[in-house]
Order: sequence, then C-alpha cells, then structure tokens
Amino acid sequence: MADSSSRNLFAAFGHRLIEAVWKLGFVCRFFAAILRDSGASLRRFPLVIREIYFAGVLSMIIIVVSGMFVGMVLGLQGYSTLVRFGSADALGALVALSLLRELGPVLAALLFASRSGSAITAEIGLMKATEQLDAMAVMAVNPIARVVAPRFWAGVLSMPVLAAIFNVMGIFGGYFVGVTLIGLDHGTFWSQMQNAVDWHTDIVNGLIKSLVFGAAVSLIAVFEGFDAKPTAEGVSSATTRTVVTSALTILALDFVLTAFMF
Amino acid sequence: MCKKAALSRGVCAQVRAGPVFSATATRLTHTVEPDAFIELDKVSFAYGSRRILDGVSLRIARGKLAAIMGGSGSGKTTLLRLISGQVKPDSGRVWVDGQDVAKLNTAGLYAMRRRMGMLFQFGALFTDLSVQDNVAFPLREHTGLPDTMIRDLVLMKLQAVGLRGAAGLMPAELSGGMARRVALARAIALDPDLMLYDEPFTGLDPIALGTIAALIKRLNDALGATAVMVTHDVHVSLNVVDEVYFVADGKIVASGTPDQVRHSADPFVRQFVDGQPDGPVRLHYPAEDYASQLGLGGRHG
Ligand SMILES: Nc1ncnc2c1ncn2[C@@H]1O[C@H](COP(=O)(O)OP(=O)(O)OP(=O)(O)O)[C@@H](O)[C@H]1O
Ligand SMILES: [Mg+2]
Repeated sequence: MADSSSRNLFAAFGHRLIEAVWKLGFVCRFFAAILRDSGASLRRFPLVIREIYFAGVLSMIIIVVSGMFVGMVLGLQGYSTLVRFGSADALGALVALSLLRELGPVLAALLFASRSGSAITAEIGLMKATEQLDAMAVMAVNPIARVVAPRFWAGVLSMPVLAAIFNVMGIFGGYFVGVTLIGLDHGTFWSQMQNAVDWHTDIVNGLIKSLVFGAAVSLIAVFEGFDAKPTAEGVSSATTRTVVTSALTILALDFVLTAFMF
Repeated sequence: MCKKAALSRGVCAQVRAGPVFSATATRLTHTVEPDAFIELDKVSFAYGSRRILDGVSLRIARGKLAAIMGGSGSGKTTLLRLISGQVKPDSGRVWVDGQDVAKLNTAGLYAMRRRMGMLFQFGALFTDLSVQDNVAFPLREHTGLPDTMIRDLVLMKLQAVGLRGAAGLMPAELSGGMARRVALARAIALDPDLMLYDEPFTGLDPIALGTIAALIKRLNDALGATAVMVTHDVHVSLNVVDEVYFVADGKIVASGTPDQVRHSADPFVRQFVDGQPDGPVRLHYPAEDYASQLGLGGRHG
C-alpha cells in the first residue's frame, strides 16, 4: 500500500519534472525563433514603439507611485536604524544604494510583470483563441515577427528605463522623508550619496539587472500567450502563470546576478 | 519532437521550419495533371488519435469553383487547413499548383500563401484594428503601395461586400454577418489566385447572401481564381459552383457537377439536397447508446 502510493508520488513528481524540462526546451526554441525573426520587426520600428507605449509608457504611473512610496519607507526605516548608531547622515547613501543595487530593478520588474506581462499574455492568448494568429500566418505574415518580437523588444527596452524612473522617484521619496520631514541636512544627504555611489558597480550593474529581468519577463509573457490553450480558461491560466513564473524567475535571477556582481 | 501534443502545440507549429525540399525536386517525382490546381492524394489526418480524414482524394482544376459539403464536424475546415498548409497530412499528399504543401519550407509556404486568400469560419478579424485597417493589412504587409492607393483599394473591396460605410468601425462594433463580410473583403484584398472560403454564407440575410454569392462567382470568372468553398447552403451554392464534393466519415462519398447533384439518386446527396433528417448522414456525434446513458437500460425493460 505505502509502497504503491509512494511510487505514485514519485511518478507524479517525475511527470511534472519531465513536463517542465519539455517546456524549458520549447521556451528556448521559441526564444531562438524570436531572435531569428527580430530583424524584420526591428526594421519596422514603429511596431516596437507602439508596444513600448502600451507596455512601458502606460506602466509609468504605477512605477512612479510605487517608487515614491518605497523611497519614503526606506527613508523612515533607514533613519530609525541609522540614528541608533549615530550615523543618520548616511541616509542618502543607504537609500540610493538599496534602490540602485536591488530594490529598483527587482521591484520595477515585479510591477512590470504584473502590469504589462499579464496584459501581453492575455492579448496574445486571445489573438490565438480567436484564430487571429492563424489568419495572420495564412496571410503569409509571420506572427512571431509581427506580433511576438515587437512586444518582446518593447519589454526589453522599457524595463531599464522604468527601473531608472523607479530609482529616481525612490531617491526623491527618501529625500522627502529624510530632509523635508525629519530635517536632516540637505547638503549632507546629497554629498554622502555622491560619495557612496559608484558608476560602475552600482549604476551599471543595476541597469544590467533590469535588462536581464526585462528580457526574462517579456519572454515569459509572450511565450505563455503563444502557448495558451485557445480557450477562455486557457488564457486566464496562462496569464496567472506569467505573473507567478516571472516573479520566481526575477527573484532567482537576482540572486544569481548579485552573487556574480557584488 | 512535436508529438508532445498537450504541451506547446502552437509554438511547435510555428517554430518548426519544415524540411527543406525544393519545389522543383518534388515536381519531378510527381506528374501533376496540367490543369489540376489543387490535388489531394489519399490524404489521411487525425487530431491525436481521432481520425478525421481517411484517404481523401480530390482534384480541382485551375479556375474552377468547388464546393465541399458535409455534416457538421465531418472535417471540412480541416480539409481547408490541409490545403493552406496549417496542418500536415499524416499520410498522402496535398498539391497546390504543383507544389507538395507538406514539403515546403517556411519561406516556400509563405510564398504560396501570398497568392492565397482564406475566409475563416469565424472571421478572425484583428480586434485591435479598424475595419479599413483590417482590409488594408495584407496590402500594407505585402505591397509597397502608397497610402492613398491602399485607401482606395480598401474602399473598393469594402464596397464589393456592401460595407464601405463601416470602414471606420472597430470589429467589436460589427454584427456577425458584417464581420464575415469584412473578413471576406480582407481575404480578397490581394486578388489571390486561390481562395478558400469557410462557410461564406453563414449569418447573412437573403440579400447579402445573394450579393456575396455573386461576388464569389465574379471573382472566379473575372480573375480566373481557383476557389474551394465549404458551405451548407445547397441551393445557393449549386447555382454558382462548378463541382461539389460530399464529405462523410472521413471520405469523399460523392462528387459531381451541380446538375449531376440535382438529379442524383445517391442517398447521401439526396439527404443533403432535400435536407432530410434521416439518411446515411448521422446528426449525432458518436456516443454510447442513448437509452443506456439515460439509465433506461435493460433493467426496466
Ligand atoms: N484543434 C483540434 N483539436 C482536436 N480536434 C479537433 C480540432 N479541430 C477540429 N477537431 C475535430 O475534428 C473534427 C472535424 O473538425 P472540422 O472543424 O474540420 O469540422 P467541420 O466539417 O468544419 O465542421 P463544421 O461544419 O461544424 O464547421 C471535429 O469532430 C472536431 O471535433
Ligand atoms: Mg468548419
């Protein structure tokens, strides 16, 4: 009895594992197909611009507001910890480094995945369910070049900009709490920050992180949409998978990148 | 590799770049009748383990308008998908203008499709584009024509289906019958050599139906296009088509010219033409015995 049920468990686990490996293989081939067909869509840049508007520009509000609040919380928490060690002057450096190295890229990517990644998956999934992708292919227009690649590149290009905006708003929030509300010295706040932040280790590495996250989220979003079962439930579960898989992938990649970078 | 059916079906179909055979090489191995534009040779096809088509052979000559009739779910749409290369036969061959469709690589397939127009059963309009942008889509993608000329062509195609006034609407604002007429305008935008119509008359009022039937006929006569039309409308289509094929149980069970069909004594054909509920074509999808499924089996007698 126990033997057969544990064997079933083992079989189920193996099945899930094999499915996951299959899927990873499909993602890789899909990625290769996107890269192969990107030339045509990058040459028609207005297609990408349009998607940058939908994925990037329309995400600005949530990025700006979230960045602001995260910076303000950093200001409060950072001050209450630093003041115990008598180093409240370092608040500017703390806020900037936390944002540039970690919170900016990671949080902006998580927000981007839930705001734009899910929308991309739902849109492509619905296009598939209503045979729009088939109709396009039958009209001799490659759906990967026309629909998928522009959305992928729009995500890759938008993400670093969104993360940068998130950082700026965060620093602004930290400044507001630290200098305007708590009354730290304005000049110290900025000069501490300028001394602590290094162009290469902090800013460039943060940008690289957000580029990688942008590529990962966009790839997951377009893949899940393209792979969705062509039904209402199929599209809805694909949308959920985009958000969950993106979140896990972002956090795992962040660990790996951080280990290599800092 | 693509057998893993449940997973990543769509991706698989798109990513797979078919085996590279040149069209000329395949032509040497098969002597296509000079006038045959579409030829299916013992084509079998199954979705998973369910056999849909089982040894279908048919030949449609260049410039002809052929109708395919058959019960719901008999595999008519599947037949069109085989001709357009959206699915590949499990066995047998599909030839379009002398090319083996299953052996074309992606570039070859797209080259063939550029000369082909297809009306999908449910329209498949692009929901993010207006009516005129939908019709302009193939023109913008495949011709370098200036915008003003594209606009004029679009208005002409929309005029032909009686919807010039709807040019600025979005697909969500159209009725079902209007959407299908827009889809028809889009399918004929490039004046294709081959037209595939999947139920062009569904959801049309009698006036629109007559207009569309005349349009389909005119396209064939004036442009010399070859066309395959899936339809349930026996009486309208018998007036416009050149030949009719009846599909049932995965096979072509009868075929002939409209006159032969009208006077046929074949029970299949009679059932279709006269619209009788009883006959060789079953209305019901294969199922277990009705009485036993309702729990009225032997026990109660
Ligand atoms: N993607 C699919 N996966 C699995 N089975 C399918 C798929 N598409 C169609 N089928 C099955 O194939 C059979 C033939 O479908 P097809 O769409 O060709 O029928 P049809 O003759 O066009 O019917 P209708 O007149 O209702 O449009 C149906 O019984 C259907 O259940
Ligand atoms: Mg059909």
